[in-house]
Amino acid sequence: MNMLSRVAERVYWLGRYIERVENTARLVSVYGNVLLDLPRPARLVWESLVAITGNGAEFVERYARADERNVVKFYLADRSNSASVMSSVVAARENARTVREIVPASMWEGINDLHIYLQDHVDSGLVRRGRDAFLNHVIQSCQFIVGCLAGTMSRDASYQFLRAGRYLERADMTSRIVDVGTANVFPWLTRMRENGVAADGDDPYEGILWMSVLRSLNALQMYRRVVPEHVRAERVVTFLVQDEGFPRAIAHCLQAVRSCLSQLPRNALAMQTAEEALAQVQAADVGALLQHGLFEFIDAMQIEFNALHAVIRTTWFLPEAAPA
Amino acid sequence: MKFSWNNYDPGRFYDELISTPGHARAAGRSVAKHIRSLSMEEIRARQRAAELAVKTMGITFTVYHEGTNIDRAWPYDIIPRTIAGRDWDRVEAGLVQRLTALNLFIDDLYNRQHILRDGVVPRELILQSSNFRSACVGMRPRHGVWAHICGSDLIRDSEGTFYVLEDNLRVPSGVSYMLENRQVTKRVFPELFAAIDMRPIGEYTSHLFATLVSLSPRPHDRPEVVVLTPGIYNSAYFEHSYLAQQMGAQLVEGNDLFVDTDDCVYMRTIAGPARVDVIYRRIDDMFLDPEVFNRESVLGVRGLMRAWLNGKVALANAPGAGVADDKAVYTYVPAMIRYYLDQDAILPNVETYRCADAASLPHVLQNLDQLVVKPVNESGGYGMLMGPSASASERRDFATRLRANPRNYVAQPLIALSTSPTVCPHGIEPRHLDLRPFVLQGARHYVTPGGLTRVALTKGSFVVNSSQGGGSKDTWIVDSV
Repeated sequence: MNMLSRVAERVYWLGRYIERVENTARLVSVYGNVLLDLPRPARLVWESLVAITGNGAEFVERYARADERNVVKFYLADRSNSASVMSSVVAARENARTVREIVPASMWEGINDLHIYLQDHVDSGLVRRGRDAFLNHVIQSCQFIVGCLAGTMSRDASYQFLRAGRYLERADMTSRIVDVGTANVFPWLTRMRENGVAADGDDPYEGILWMSVLRSLNALQMYRRVVPEHVRAERVVTFLVQDEGFPRAIAHCLQAVRSCLSQLPRNALAMQTAEEALAQVQAADVGALLQHGLFEFIDAMQIEFNALHAVIRTTWFLPEAAPA
Repeated sequence: MKFSWNNYDPGRFYDELISTPGHARAAGRSVAKHIRSLSMEEIRARQRAAELAVKTMGITFTVYHEGTNIDRAWPYDIIPRTIAGRDWDRVEAGLVQRLTALNLFIDDLYNRQHILRDGVVPRELILQSSNFRSACVGMRPRHGVWAHICGSDLIRDSEGTFYVLEDNLRVPSGVSYMLENRQVTKRVFPELFAAIDMRPIGEYTSHLFATLVSLSPRPHDRPEVVVLTPGIYNSAYFEHSYLAQQMGAQLVEGNDLFVDTDDCVYMRTIAGPARVDVIYRRIDDMFLDPEVFNRESVLGVRGLMRAWLNGKVALANAPGAGVADDKAVYTYVPAMIRYYLDQDAILPNVETYRCADAASLPHVLQNLDQLVVKPVNESGGYGMLMGPSASASERRDFATRLRANPRNYVAQPLIALSTSPTVCPHGIEPRHLDLRPFVLQGARHYVTPGGLTRVALTKGSFVVNSSQGGGSKDTWIVDSV
């Protein structure tokens, strides 16, 4: 069956938004947990969450203090934050509503149920006591939705667009989470190092920090199976950037995007762009980058992701001002 | 305590389920029996379960003028409306007869105009109609059919007699709710289905698809059929999407389509342009093609009329079909049936005064407090006067409008609509309802067994439109043994 360009675009964004919901929920969940493991200057940790997703400016505009309450609200319930769980669910539902004839009915019901749940329960996610149950429900709903797709959707072009959107979104989020390891995202760590609380090279919090990074991606267990030693920056970053088997690692995500694109018509330019992004990720010398230039490297990757998104848009989606 | 029908009194109205307190009609006996095996508490629990199912299934409709709230849960009442099979057979025959005549009429109007020449329908009524499209003159669509999908509104009076209240020949909506209502009933009342044989309705979309395929200008295996929607903000968007999904057809918006220099219609796909054969359009005539109709329209497709007139694409319903669902033209339907088919109408019209008739207007003006006055080409219950419940000043205002433009209005006596038991805040009470069956005509006819029942949820109200606070019920055609 033919696939409309407009539908391709909406299905692609549907994939992105579902993934964004899950990622944002995971981020908030892990931050809540890591807080309990770390020493006192906790409110700086909440501040760093805003830095990861790159919408610090929006946050500062609306909130006076980066405390737990405000940051969590910003990520879960704030409709004016386009990346919040609430905004992403609403956007996913709007996209799903316009492509109901394409996606499995059970998936639509899943999204719809999640939307209803959010309206009724988002307040319970704002207080610590109810947050775990709330976030777990959101994450499980996302996995149910993705499960519906895996189990009941034909592997046609719409499936490929959905999946491409999901993996590109995921690659982007993983790159942001890797960014967490840099000192400027965790200023309190730098400060403690400067104060001699933790000496370089023998950092008692390095392990906790990277373990929390792994946890936020549900990667700790898989990491352990691949890397049988101490949790250390170089190994973790290598795993999250270059592992081809772990489904949240950037290399894996880009391979998945490439495989989706390979099944679409008129894909030469898009395939070439995906290959280039993948080659760049595979060629990176992570050890050297950790010493110098990780931040620039991640920046460069995000530019690659944007380029890939742009080529997908111009190749397959509706031209912006299609003559009526 | 179990629910009892002894306290349920429909009064002077015809109740579809309960003839007199405590006694159910034959077709509804099993339904009534099942309801009284439950307590009011259990009945309310079912109603809540149904409302949740409606939400989960995402069955929505849209209300205009509500700011950001673009879709609302579809209001559904759990007690099904039952109609006896033998009553229905007659309705079905009447609807086929009616639509056959209406299509002959439209085809005649845009071609030789025999019926006008013979003076059966006044020429000026047609030529003054805002729904007559001169662009369609001379067109001969396949099978001679213009209105392929029709939704006629039926009511029953206090005797239980069916009447046609109006025909919707442009872009009638509601069929998806009819289908979804049955699905919801299956979820919340599965045990009822074991006890009763009702006629199935689920084949509608297959019949619709077959009807659309039969219109294709290119005879080949699988013509490309699309549903053209104005988009997500349209009140019937849910239905457009639902029907496309059920038929496996593309749901397209105007800017997905274009007409090329070969006058063929193409849709923009990820693999490039693909030819379209049949368009089930859910956009009003005036927005179809900015080249011919409303120049400002961004919903339609430039050149679409050119493609249709050249036979390169089929449109359902055909542009111009609305000329026959004008409420003034409605009054001539029995005459049309006689004229084209040489038969008496099986289904009667409601007595209607054409305000355009010099003889009728004074009568209407004098009896405004007993009449329902409707604009001839509005739908959804907009712009009408319910004389008996209107205030004196509302009636005065309306009279001014009537005198200024009598051609624009018809008036009907207020029919005492039939009722059916409905779950209300204070228990199960009678509420007034109507019925919209859907009729398909292409190479052949199909009538939905039953249709969409709409209920006025407010006590004593006769206004059933969902845009005005109406609800709905599953409708069962039951063959008693």
